[in-house]
Amino acid sequence: MNKRMLWIALLSLLPLLVQAETAEEKGLAIAKEAKARDTGWKDMQASMKMVLKNAQGEESVRTLRIKALEVEGDGDKGLTIFDQPRDVKGTALLSFSHPVGDDEQWLYLPALKRVKRISSRNKSGPFMGSEFAYEDLTSFEVPKYRYKYLRDEPCGEDTCFVVEQVPTDKNSGYTRRIVWIDQSHYRLHKVEFYDRKNSLLKTLTFSNYQQYLGKFWRAHRMEMVNHQNGKSTVLEWSDIRFDTGLSDKDFNKNSLKRAR
Amino acid sequence: MNPFTRFSIDHPWLVVLLTTLLVVAAALGAQKLVFKADYRVFFGETNPQLEAFEKMQRVYAKSDNIAFVLAPKNGDVFTEANLRAIQELTREAWQVPYSSRVDSVTNFQHTTAEEDDLLVRDLVPEDEPLASGQLAKIRQIAIHEPLLKKRIVSEDGSVTVVNVTLQLPGKDPVHEVPEVVKKVRAIRDAFVQAHPDITVYLSGMAMMNNTFAESSQKDSRTLIPLMFAMVAISIAILLRTFTGTLGTVAVIAYAIAATMGLAGWAGFYLTGPSSTTPIMVLTLSVADCVHILSTMFHEMRHGKAKREALISSMTINMQPIFLTSVTTAIGFLSLNFSDSPPFRDLGNMVATGVMLAFVLSVTFFPALLMALPLRVAAHDEKKRRNDPMLKLADWVIASRNWLLPVMTALIVGLSVLAPSNQLNDDFVKYFDQRVPFRQATDFMQQHLTGMTRIDISVDSGQSSGINDPDFLRKVEALSQWLRQQPETDHVDTITDTLKRLNKNMHGDDPAWYKLPDNQELAAQYLLLYEMSLPYGLDLNNQLNVDKSSTRIVATFKNLTSREIIDLENRIHQWKAEHAPDLKLEVASPSIMFAHIGQRNIVSMLEGTFTALVLISFILGFALRSMKMGLVSLLPNLAPAGMGFGIWALWEGEIGLGLSVVAGMTLGIVVDDTIHFMSKYLHARRDLGKPTLEAVRYAFVSVGRALAITTAVLATGFMVLAQSSFKVNADMGLMTAITIVIALIVDFFFLPPLLMRVDKNQGEQ
Repeated sequence: MNKRMLWIALLSLLPLLVQAETAEEKGLAIAKEAKARDTGWKDMQASMKMVLKNAQGEESVRTLRIKALEVEGDGDKGLTIFDQPRDVKGTALLSFSHPVGDDEQWLYLPALKRVKRISSRNKSGPFMGSEFAYEDLTSFEVPKYRYKYLRDEPCGEDTCFVVEQVPTDKNSGYTRRIVWIDQSHYRLHKVEFYDRKNSLLKTLTFSNYQQYLGKFWRAHRMEMVNHQNGKSTVLEWSDIRFDTGLSDKDFNKNSLKRAR
Repeated sequence: MNPFTRFSIDHPWLVVLLTTLLVVAAALGAQKLVFKADYRVFFGETNPQLEAFEKMQRVYAKSDNIAFVLAPKNGDVFTEANLRAIQELTREAWQVPYSSRVDSVTNFQHTTAEEDDLLVRDLVPEDEPLASGQLAKIRQIAIHEPLLKKRIVSEDGSVTVVNVTLQLPGKDPVHEVPEVVKKVRAIRDAFVQAHPDITVYLSGMAMMNNTFAESSQKDSRTLIPLMFAMVAISIAILLRTFTGTLGTVAVIAYAIAATMGLAGWAGFYLTGPSSTTPIMVLTLSVADCVHILSTMFHEMRHGKAKREALISSMTINMQPIFLTSVTTAIGFLSLNFSDSPPFRDLGNMVATGVMLAFVLSVTFFPALLMALPLRVAAHDEKKRRNDPMLKLADWVIASRNWLLPVMTALIVGLSVLAPSNQLNDDFVKYFDQRVPFRQATDFMQQHLTGMTRIDISVDSGQSSGINDPDFLRKVEALSQWLRQQPETDHVDTITDTLKRLNKNMHGDDPAWYKLPDNQELAAQYLLLYEMSLPYGLDLNNQLNVDKSSTRIVATFKNLTSREIIDLENRIHQWKAEHAPDLKLEVASPSIMFAHIGQRNIVSMLEGTFTALVLISFILGFALRSMKMGLVSLLPNLAPAGMGFGIWALWEGEIGLGLSVVAGMTLGIVVDDTIHFMSKYLHARRDLGKPTLEAVRYAFVSVGRALAITTAVLATGFMVLAQSSFKVNADMGLMTAITIVIALIVDFFFLPPLLMRVDKNQGEQ
């Protein structure tokens, strides 16, 4: 092949490259915008009820309380206190999430009166036996994924960006997620999770959005359906409060033991 | 003669053409006929064992699996190279379609205490090199860990399993399993190429399901052509006619094509048993054509022209062919009483095929015989005088006084043995040693564990009740008791995990390898542990969502149905004695198969009885005598009884395939009786012959035809007996035995019986 032909061949590939870059850039831009719109909430407290269901129709309820603290330039800090089932009442989970690398987690076990560190590489397992993995519940950070904008699609009365997100952490349980983000408020409407063999594993849908502090949208109901085992889990949020005066000292091993 | 046959003889080409068009239209449905590769097809929707098992799967998780059984040629799993290879395969195995979990020695979630923390990680870490001392340590842990020992790793550390759990959606059973197996084999092939020093076997429920399909398809490819060839050759030799042979083969081929096509249009699935339909239809429809041809040739040799000979043959044979077809169809329709759907399908398909073959034999077959040139080989008249049938008749008549008691003794003696057969449905032994699945499973049983598995769901009756120390102690006691049973290979129980966690939480002190003694502790250990587990290795397959019940999975050496039912009873007995307040549910495919033989035999008894009543009515009507109808019951019932008696002496184990044989063969053996008795009565009533003469007449006129059709039938079912799928092979062998016995009974028992009961009217 002579030089000119090579140039022509390379130039003819250019539009493809530009297009591919655009889709990825657009995906990234959407993620950044979503994060930007959800920045500045400082701290939050809420109650959560988890309803687990299996294919036989059996149900089980767990209740917990959640405290979260926004950390500038890093992942959020979280404190989860378990109220139900009764035999884990008072158990509390402290987590420091990080945009890159493993999160840090500690669990306080009241029956042992000890704090145990959890090897958080394994964040892909089920959270309290539910269909949510721990990684589905941690704070959204832009560097956690690589992005690709796919298309626009109507969602309810709104229009959604449909974006593919590929986890950058090799310990993730997923090959990719597909998310639906509405264009008016950059809220999540739906997430599809694809397992290691790239087949659809779960679908998460968000509903009952309410706005707080005139800015931050929170879904009060999140339903995760596992398509492979027929189980599902519904998260019902209530009593969401922002700006409650939490600070760093509420999120350390000592505060973990005091939490109840 | 009926107008259709008349029309066929008058317009042969038109009928041949029309029939061909109709058959092609019907046969097009055959492309819809697909094989359902799923052992569950053997169980009706309301089967209680299936219902229990399905419920358990909905509560926990499905348990279909693929087992990659790995045997390194150096005899040691625990070398760095072998462990890395297993790790690689473990990773690859996640790519198997519908996989939800992969368990291997390398990704076993090993827990240790490190300072005050609980460390949960792969037994063989992925990224770090293995230090020399580490290999020995990994080996020590693996071959002593109750969760791995004999399930994942053999006790001597020479064989290991990578077990893939599947969640088959069950929406498209025709394609799901083959899709899984295709990928599994591709993974195996790539693995073997990269690691030629490790032998790989494939076992597991999904492999078994696929083997149902593959062995039946292999049978279809080899046994059906073989059977066609045998039929063609035997007709050509016995009747020495090309056109006749061609015509017979055409009738059979059309009957099979139309039957399978109609089944396809009707939305049937193929299964192991119902895939034998072509062989059965083939075997059963030969007789119609043989009777028509032999009468026709007889007439032609006696000077009749082809057309007249054919008309005469059709007139004479119409009623007997119709009667025998109807009784055969009734026998097969009795399979509708079976508890197992594939046999119902088989019965309906074969009954359709037999009736289609009848219709073709009285329309298409005469048309074809008219359309094609036909010559008759010259007959050797000398042979007639030396007719072996005549000699046989004379011998039977001469020996009648001792034949009757001797035969009676034989019939009774063999029949009383029938109940001593042991019921056994071992789904592993459904496949003979030629089948790779069987080889793999035998190898696995030899080194690790068998395929017999029992799932026990223990319900505490309250939310989070599985953490209650009292409940846990009972679960542990049950698990320990199971381990003490001589048949047990492995018991998978949550109490082992809890004991290990308790030890870990106390600085790995072996003294703490015991159940936590309060509920909060157990609950919090599990919470901590669950939060440390990666995707696919969670506890959800052992605990229900409410944590109110737990599943114990016990695997055993391959057991017979009787042993499994015995084990099941012992489990319930243990519960009654030691934990009467526990709610236990016991279910598994092994238990389903253990009960299916029994259930099927009970349901088939009813079916066989119904068929017997119907057939007796038809016989009474056909023989125009109530008394003769009753007499015919004996030779009709005796063959099945004797057949099972012989089976008891020889094999001694009966299962699903044999449970339908009595009903199925009833319709076939009755044909011989109809032919023999109708000729006998014809001689008595119409020709006014005395008893002995009438017996002689019956022998001479149908003896040869009966011997030929019995030979063809027995050959056909013996071909089926060559199947590598035991359900079909046993069904074929037993049917062949029964049919041969039926001929013996009709030749050596029925005539002396007739001469005895018919004495006062005939002896002059």
